[in-house]
Amino acid sequence: MAIDCLVLGAGQEVGKSCVVVSINGKRIMFDCGMHMGYTDSRRYPDFSLISKTGDFDNALTCVIITHFHLDHIGALPYFTEVCGYRGPVYMTYPTKALAPLMLEDYRKNMDRRGEDGQFTSDHITECMKKVIPVDLKQTVQVDKDLQIRAYYAGHVLGAAMFYAKVGDAAMVYTGDYNMTPDRHLGAAQIDRLQLDLLITESTYATTIRDSRYGREREFLKAVHNCVAAGGKVLIPTFALGRAQELCILLEDYWERMNLKVPIYFSSGLTIQANMYYKMLINWTSQKIKETYATHNAFDFKNVQNFDRSLINAPGPCVLFATPGMISGGFSLEVFMQWAPSEINLITLPGYCVAGTIGHKLMSGKPTKIDLDKDTQVDVRCQIHQLSFSPHTDAKGIMDLVKFLSPKHAILVHGEKPKMATLKERIQSELGIQCYCPANNDTVTIPTTHYVKADASDAFIKSCLNPNFKFSKSSSVDKSYSGSNDSKAIPGLQVSDERVAEGILVVEKGKKAKVIHQDELLHMLGENKHEVQFAYCFPMRTERLEKTRSEDLPSADDLLCGLDKCTLISLLSTKLSNELSDGNIQDLGEQLQVESFCLSICLKDNCPHRISDSLQNDSEVVFFCCSWSVADEMLAWKIISIMKNYTLPLEGRLQVRI
Amino acid sequence: MKFTCLRKGGGFHFPACHMLNVSGFRILLDCPLDLSSLAFFSPVPVAHEAHKSLDTDSVIRKKQKMEKALDANDLVHAEPWYKTVKSLHLWDASFIDVVLISSPMGMLGLPYLTRTKDFSAKIYVTEATARIGQLLMEDLVSMHMEFRQFYGPEDSCFPQWLRWEELEVLQYEMKKIALGKDCEELGAWMPLYSADDVKDCMRKVQTLKYAEEACYNGTLIIKAFSSGLEIGTCNWTINGPKRNIAYITNSIFVSTHAADFDFVGLRGNDLIIYSDFFSLGAAENMENDNTYFDPVASLNFSDDVNNLEEMSASLLKDDESTEEMEKLAFICTCALDSVRGGGSVLIPIDRLGIILGLLEQMSVLLESSSAKVPMYIISSVAEELLAFTNIIPEWLCKQRQEKLFSGEPLFEHAKLIKERNIHVFPAVHSPELLTNWQEPCIIFSPHWSLRLGPVVHLLRHWCSDPNSLLVLESGVDADIALLPFKPMAMKVLQCSFLSGMRLQKVQPLLKTLQPKLVLFPKDLRCKIQISEANTIFLYSESETLRIPSSKNSTEIEIATDLASKFHWKTLKQETITRLEGELFMDYGKHRLLSGSHPADSKQQRPFVHWGSPDSKGLLTELSKIGINGTIKKVRDDTESESAAGVVEIHEPKKAVIHVGETGTVIISADENLASHIVKAIDIVLDGI
Repeated sequence: MAIDCLVLGAGQEVGKSCVVVSINGKRIMFDCGMHMGYTDSRRYPDFSLISKTGDFDNALTCVIITHFHLDHIGALPYFTEVCGYRGPVYMTYPTKALAPLMLEDYRKNMDRRGEDGQFTSDHITECMKKVIPVDLKQTVQVDKDLQIRAYYAGHVLGAAMFYAKVGDAAMVYTGDYNMTPDRHLGAAQIDRLQLDLLITESTYATTIRDSRYGREREFLKAVHNCVAAGGKVLIPTFALGRAQELCILLEDYWERMNLKVPIYFSSGLTIQANMYYKMLINWTSQKIKETYATHNAFDFKNVQNFDRSLINAPGPCVLFATPGMISGGFSLEVFMQWAPSEINLITLPGYCVAGTIGHKLMSGKPTKIDLDKDTQVDVRCQIHQLSFSPHTDAKGIMDLVKFLSPKHAILVHGEKPKMATLKERIQSELGIQCYCPANNDTVTIPTTHYVKADASDAFIKSCLNPNFKFSKSSSVDKSYSGSNDSKAIPGLQVSDERVAEGILVVEKGKKAKVIHQDELLHMLGENKHEVQFAYCFPMRTERLEKTRSEDLPSADDLLCGLDKCTLISLLSTKLSNELSDGNIQDLGEQLQVESFCLSICLKDNCPHRISDSLQNDSEVVFFCCSWSVADEMLAWKIISIMKNYTLPLEGRLQVRI
Repeated sequence: MKFTCLRKGGGFHFPACHMLNVSGFRILLDCPLDLSSLAFFSPVPVAHEAHKSLDTDSVIRKKQKMEKALDANDLVHAEPWYKTVKSLHLWDASFIDVVLISSPMGMLGLPYLTRTKDFSAKIYVTEATARIGQLLMEDLVSMHMEFRQFYGPEDSCFPQWLRWEELEVLQYEMKKIALGKDCEELGAWMPLYSADDVKDCMRKVQTLKYAEEACYNGTLIIKAFSSGLEIGTCNWTINGPKRNIAYITNSIFVSTHAADFDFVGLRGNDLIIYSDFFSLGAAENMENDNTYFDPVASLNFSDDVNNLEEMSASLLKDDESTEEMEKLAFICTCALDSVRGGGSVLIPIDRLGIILGLLEQMSVLLESSSAKVPMYIISSVAEELLAFTNIIPEWLCKQRQEKLFSGEPLFEHAKLIKERNIHVFPAVHSPELLTNWQEPCIIFSPHWSLRLGPVVHLLRHWCSDPNSLLVLESGVDADIALLPFKPMAMKVLQCSFLSGMRLQKVQPLLKTLQPKLVLFPKDLRCKIQISEANTIFLYSESETLRIPSSKNSTEIEIATDLASKFHWKTLKQETITRLEGELFMDYGKHRLLSGSHPADSKQQRPFVHWGSPDSKGLLTELSKIGINGTIKKVRDDTESESAAGVVEIHEPKKAVIHVGETGTVIISADENLASHIVKAIDIVLDGI
């Protein structure tokens, strides 16, 4: 059994996330994104690798989308409507609600850019009809064998990590996630699961970030300085997610500072998006969730709609314009107008895909940007890079991998050199096999598999029985009260290691059955035949001088009731000093260690004596021992201890006489 | 498994309560309050009414009135107590391991349980039920405050009316409320819990998402699936190592607002517990009340429907929801008639779904008929409750979810409130209400018992107005409920709403779910036909049923790395092997993994032997490994049996082997020799 993991996108790069995983005969596509840096066929994953014939319905069990960002969902309408996949598509409620907005926004911008959109508005509508929405932690039975479940990822509203399980094999695909809560979302949350494979994003594979608080203040200060100087602030974002987060931040700041500068949203889209956010407030952070009844945090008071005529209107303002990364559309239009002026400010998100203007602005400080052959824009405005991002940092990734402790990990959605560093860390620090495949590579990993059997009640009960082991140890107790002196306390260590021991019986045509040892013979219809060892042997005794002078009674006389007990307890003490473990039971006239049983033998012709051993004299005491096969080693050890030991029979004798 | 029905269901407001014992865990299913018994008390009297109940002569007066019809004075004028499930207090709360709450109504008694000392059970409630249930409890506590303010702090812990002399002289109807049919329910009365008890209760609740798997103690997997009755209400599946149980409470296949009854999720369970049903009794009442109801509307299912999907579709294909919508439309037209005639409409219905439906339909109707009549909602928790319904799309029906996807509000009321067609006030004395007040109007206000809440004051205001309309749910005993407001000139419309599964649907549902065993209430058995394919256990109140286990073994999963190390031994029919590992219990599954001390070579020797050894054969085997001896004569007398004998070993050292029918004893002074002998015996005997 194995999991095959075919990476169609976001392998050693960021963009067009798409991983196809085959587990125990089921095939799941995680995410179906597009690459924002390309406009040709490279922007979509190479679906032909899934099925040469294009019969995706039989090739895939289901498609799972983690969140509404275009690099995770952008190719979905193309895949379902143009490529013709008709199977189920799963995503969370917010993703299903918000994804059409993102796709529509993108499509419009593409149209404006004059490319063929590849999918139409109708395609988006039809595509969304195929989507089955899921709630967090809802356990969805996709078919008889495949079970999936969403966990909170905290990246954008409705972002989820997905757990998938087929038979005994289980895995998690994280999508993008954030391990620290932000202005409007909580931190990622997942159960401790038993996983064969974890596929995690690694955008910030080597970055460690400090608190958001300072970064937020930097951003607010930059915005405030700009508007105070009469400048215009352009915040290119996508309609959803970052826009709402920054808006909550600005709204709060505007209230506190009593600012009156207008905040605009470039399209009705973002305003409409706020409507969704209000209904989906349960998916935001705890703090915001609690406000739903009195004042919904997504009812923005200072926000107004923007009109194209306002681009060159005098006076300061803050404008949220789509799309983010200035990859085209309205944000590009505004950028061309505002970039040449020094008093204006452009804030860029933490991450821009290579090939976009955003990326060019971030790498170095360009003074001129070539849009195409004919157009060039002078960039004199200030540029502020938002240094907080809804992605987890390296510490967060390590924490998650450590928490889940999967058998294998695959890194996607990151930059190749950084991923290699993280991979090394995961392998060396956590001892987890890690891979970072490139696009169109397949990684195969083995999976756990269990053999199923029926277990009898007696077996289960025997496993649950406590199995206490007492062992002596002299532990050093460093008491806090006493300054330096530490005293050794001879302590008794108790361990309870429960071991499941039983017998597995396989009969032709029947299910394998696990039973307790005691049930076996009954089941087989056989009688038990006990195989035992026995050995009766003498042990030397020693008496003190003064007793020797007296008239000695024979050993037989001595060894009545009381003295038997004394001897046994003497032996017991000796053995407990010598044996590290084993439960020594002093039963008065008998000594028992596991199945090893010892008693003083008074018979002259005990059948367990080997005739040519030591002759019977009064200086020895015979001990008759018996034990079963299981304790063979232990028994011989005890016998050798006893043979090397001389029983001191001193004062006690006199007392008796 | 053991099952005890503590209280069978009494409609929407009083769901059933059961105790289940499975895999050694005690599970309480729901913890409701019988709020219909509030009818026993008089609502807060208005100032001029004499306060008579504490008079010494009241007993005599009541005695004289025994024969007469009930009147308002027969009600108890005291701070009300509340009736819990009658036999729940007989159980030790600290022994309950799990509490499952299926609906907000099933939660109302929970604070009594959570405040008991040593209560430590895990309480599972769906997210939406927890929120709505909390609001209902808070509302109950705040409405009850009015009594407390009126009667002052209680001076004794045992109120006057609970004394036997007082109870003895009660009229029959009143006695029935106080003591129950079998006069066993006196112990169930409790003074109301406090707001702190509610808070404390909510802290102990573990909320679940839709179909979230909760794992109790690694053994039981508990999941909630929507039941369609109300927002957040659910049925449960409980999967243990030996049994898979589905617990079905009040369920509605197609709901107009809440997520539909998800019966597909209940498939694959071998035991179904049917708990509540939409009672036919209520339906019969309906007809008497001249309201609209068609008892034969439901479909007849043909037995030849085998296809599962067809079956599921046919279960859903009923016109229940349209019927419910028509009932709401009927109420709306009645209300419109009433306001046109200058009367106001009072709707003390506490079912969220009905209110939400009425608000939407009413506003449409009022607008289309251009009647400018305000709608007031008066309740301490209404604002929060209404806001809440607009943020839980996950628990709503498909049509409402579609609204989310198209970006419209889930329910219209948010818009209506903004447009000031609906006004929401926390109490009758809210200053905003007084300034806004306009008659005629349509008012939604708790409580349906007509004993608590704003409705009491409004009813006093309108009870003598023949133009006004009071809309009640059927199931409320209108005679007793309206007693304090007599003489009533007001019109009363009593209407029954679907509050559970109809009995006709039991059999088709069973066909879909295909359980092996069914638990069904005894008193309803005669009313349904269940095919012989299912074994039925009938339960009745306060009786414990023992359900025999279907499996006598537990499934266990053995890790492959452990399994690959087995040393198999082939017998006549079976192959057997010893196995050793560590047993883990995780998500209801027993798993055997290789332990921390992997089995080493010392364990290669059999410990258990069977068969009968043959002395000669043994000697032959021994000689093969260089051990020689002779067979000594079998000792005479009693022990003389064919196989028995004594083998004396001479070489290499002396040893003796006593071979008997049931056991063999090896006597040797030498460790090596002894172990060689055992090896020879292993060959002669079967063993493991």
